Amino acid sequence: MLSHLRTMWLVFLHLFHKRETIQYPEEKIQLHPRWRGRIVLTKDPDGGERCVGCYLCAAACPVDCIALQATEDEDGRRYPEFFRINFSRCIFCGYCEEACPTYAIQLIPDFEMAEYKRQDLVFEKEDLLIDSQGKYPGYNFYKVAGLDAGVKEKGKGDNEEEPVDIKSLLP
Amino acid sequence: MTVMQHIWIVLGVLFVLLNIAAGLIWVERRLLAMWQDRLGPNRAGPLGIFIVLADTLKLFFKEDWIPPFADKWVFILAPAIVVGSVLMSFVIIPFAPGIVVADLNIGLLFFLAMSSLGVYSIVLGGWASNNKYALLGALRGASQMIAYEVFMGLSVMGVVMLSRSFNLIDIVAAQENVWFVVTQPVGFVIFFIAGIAETHRLPFDIPEAESELIAGFHAEYSGMKFGMFFIGEYMGITLISAMTVTMFFGGWLGPAFLPPVLWFFLKTFFFIGLFILLRASLPRPRYDQLIEYGWKILLPLVLVNLLVTGAIALWLKS
Repeated sequence: MLSHLRTMWLVFLHLFHKRETIQYPEEKIQLHPRWRGRIVLTKDPDGGERCVGCYLCAAACPVDCIALQATEDEDGRRYPEFFRINFSRCIFCGYCEEACPTYAIQLIPDFEMAEYKRQDLVFEKEDLLIDSQGKYPGYNFYKVAGLDAGVKEKGKGDNEEEPVDIKSLLP
Repeated sequence: MTVMQHIWIVLGVLFVLLNIAAGLIWVERRLLAMWQDRLGPNRAGPLGIFIVLADTLKLFFKEDWIPPFADKWVFILAPAIVVGSVLMSFVIIPFAPGIVVADLNIGLLFFLAMSSLGVYSIVLGGWASNNKYALLGALRGASQMIAYEVFMGLSVMGVVMLSRSFNLIDIVAAQENVWFVVTQPVGFVIFFIAGIAETHRLPFDIPEAESELIAGFHAEYSGMKFGMFFIGEYMGITLISAMTVTMFFGGWLGPAFLPPVLWFFLKTFFFIGLFILLRASLPRPRYDQLIEYGWKILLPLVLVNLLVTGAIALWLKS
């Protein structure tokens, strides 16, 4: 009986405690930089698309919500012809970000993506591509890759040695 | 008192009661939220008071479904009984000197009779639903009501002994010097516990027990028929609070700086708040524990209380 009265008193005291409620549209929750929300495609420092169309994100996706088609421009630089994410299926697991070898696909702290029609949740490439480098500023895949894709010549990249001249006998 | 005056009192009491019952939707949700460190409904209107309107409209627009397997007429009748019997009980409550619908000389017995009728709504509703959970809820409701009805009646007999009247106006008048909660503390505690069981509110909501029986006796009810059970429950809370105030806390009596009606409502709202606090803090006992508690502890206690009160009353008289 006494413990019941004590319970009631303690519950009553909660009247003077701080409220846990966040009044959402007016007051917003603090989202951390690594919070996994809406998926974006980032660009490298020169404004080129980072995505090289390797399909690793689509392969890693557990719900198969990513669809893309890779293609090449005249310099041999690969990019996706289309890139489509169905956000009505996406579970925001972040596996695509982990799989991406070029830091192109990234999850950003934004969850406010409600739509009136389901079809509007299918984001095309122009919806996904943002004019930013995301979490990895300064990274440019084609500057560190061995390939000449119009960004730098072969052997001129960062930490890259000149190609071996196989016609010469000198060591 | 002229006939017209009487009609005005009846209409006024009805109006105030129905509004309080509806307003309790908001009061309960806000208070529960406050005790759970939340804010509760605060969007519609000032402090969210229009949640009452929204809730009522929602109930009106819900499909009013009668299951094909139900006993149709009894099914329809059951929710009416709960509201009817509670409203009838309010007839004998004196809100202030002169504001009482019926000045019965057996007022207290009338209240006990009417609150016993309320069990019919549970039993009939549960039976007519033709659903095993509803029937289980009805069974529990019936046994709980019978168990707690007994000493609800007995617990107020001490008050009757001291005031020598079943008339509630006389009972209030007898508390001019000292409230009966001082002379009858055991009676008050037991009456309040029985009252919680009577209105089948948490922690004694055994007939509903949503975690065990879905919604118990009103599992099959929807729309405004469910709304009637809902309103009936809130009016039951108000009734038990008003009766507690009338019998143990001096009814309308209070210092003269506030009018008597206001004193009555303030005290009543205190007990309504206590009902909600009980809901916020205590877990539901097991069904057999509840019945055991009733028959084995509270009943002997109330009989002893009655015996002692009678003895002291006789001793004081001689």
